[in-house]
Amino acid sequence: MNPFNYHKPSTLAEAVALHRDAEDPAYLSGGHTLLPTMTQRLAAPSDLIDLEGLAELTGIAAEDGTLSIGAFTRHAEAAASAEVAGTLPALAELAEGIGDAQVRNRGTIGGSLANSDPAADYPAAVLALNAVIHTDRRQIAADDYFRGLFETALEEGEIITRIDFAIPSRAAYEKFPNPASRYATAGVMVADFNGTVRVGVTGAGPCGCRAHAFEAALSAHLDPAALDAAELPAIDFNSDLHASAEYRAHLVRVLAQRATARLVAAP
Amino acid sequence: MNLTLTVNGVEHSLDVPANTLLTDLLRTQLRLTGTHVGCDTSQCGACTVHLDGRSVKACTVLAAQAGGRTVTTIEGIGSPDDLHPMQAAFRDCHALQCGFCTPGMILRAIELVEDGGALDNRTVREGLEGNICRCTGYHNIVKAVLAASDTMQEQSQ
Repeated sequence: MNPFNYHKPSTLAEAVALHRDAEDPAYLSGGHTLLPTMTQRLAAPSDLIDLEGLAELTGIAAEDGTLSIGAFTRHAEAAASAEVAGTLPALAELAEGIGDAQVRNRGTIGGSLANSDPAADYPAAVLALNAVIHTDRRQIAADDYFRGLFETALEEGEIITRIDFAIPSRAAYEKFPNPASRYATAGVMVADFNGTVRVGVTGAGPCGCRAHAFEAALSAHLDPAALDAAELPAIDFNSDLHASAEYRAHLVRVLAQRATARLVAAP
Repeated sequence: MNLTLTVNGVEHSLDVPANTLLTDLLRTQLRLTGTHVGCDTSQCGACTVHLDGRSVKACTVLAAQAGGRTVTTIEGIGSPDDLHPMQAAFRDCHALQCGFCTPGMILRAIELVEDGGALDNRTVREGLEGNICRCTGYHNIVKAVLAASDTMQEQSQ
């Protein structure tokens, strides 16, 4: 790993100022993408700004139909949180399925979303649950956030502070994990907001997306069979050694149907 | 940078470069070579240690991130004369062959048991997803974790 300056700011404002003044800085959250990238010398920031311990990035609270999760919340914390389990069990289950236990003990929701790995789990939830991404300077709607492969609406130096998820009547997440990494080969969350259904897809294309035709079909008739002939999202499906584009397209429909079946069966 | 942390109950104050990984601090600075480096890319789990009681892959944690915190390595959980129940179970169940993955396996398995969830063949295998063993086929590792789980629960009562 190349040398860098390590900073541990104590306030959000200090973190942003450090980023602004450094030559080629990077924020460090859970570090489970950034640090392996650095050890392989695929990234060599001049300055690492550690976001751990910033009060503005912590806390989980459910209020008025919204579940708010601080950006530094580690996956294991989200999975074990009584607030998350009580209001959005599908999100707790999603968090519990990320990577492995040691990864969940370090990785954070804010870091995952800032990175926008095409096979990350959280994008499906952010889109299906109509989340609002709060940053140090503004709020970004889920539909405006994901832009492309590892590309988001975040500006240079912008820090996600928390994610506000809309609490649905019910939701279910189904993924087909890569057997080695547990990343989502494809993953689909189906969320029912009193009859209006949102479907978030991850793993399939360059970044998370919604399946609009699925949403229309399920809002009309909440049944897995409603998706038999529904149009797939119009994205460039990923094709790699783990799965071809055709297979991923097939998975998106099957996983959406499985999620719908679970959602309908839930009490 | 100056760093103070507690490793296996002993406080250390060290001056290390900022780009020091926790694995390097443990193995090179403190000579605690029981923490193994397998893949160095957070896949294999051989470098698993406890950081403030939670299992982490020390190849993907900066030493700086452990500043002010408590680290427990395989050297800190038992001794040859007084094995931790998990170590004893690994020996009794023949849960290791080459032994390279064992320190990480044991530290993750201790956390799994201490978390208190119901354990069976499936949940132990799921719980150890982040630790790879290329010798045993996992069967005896699962047996050892279940055996140690019983012992640890008896001891805590």
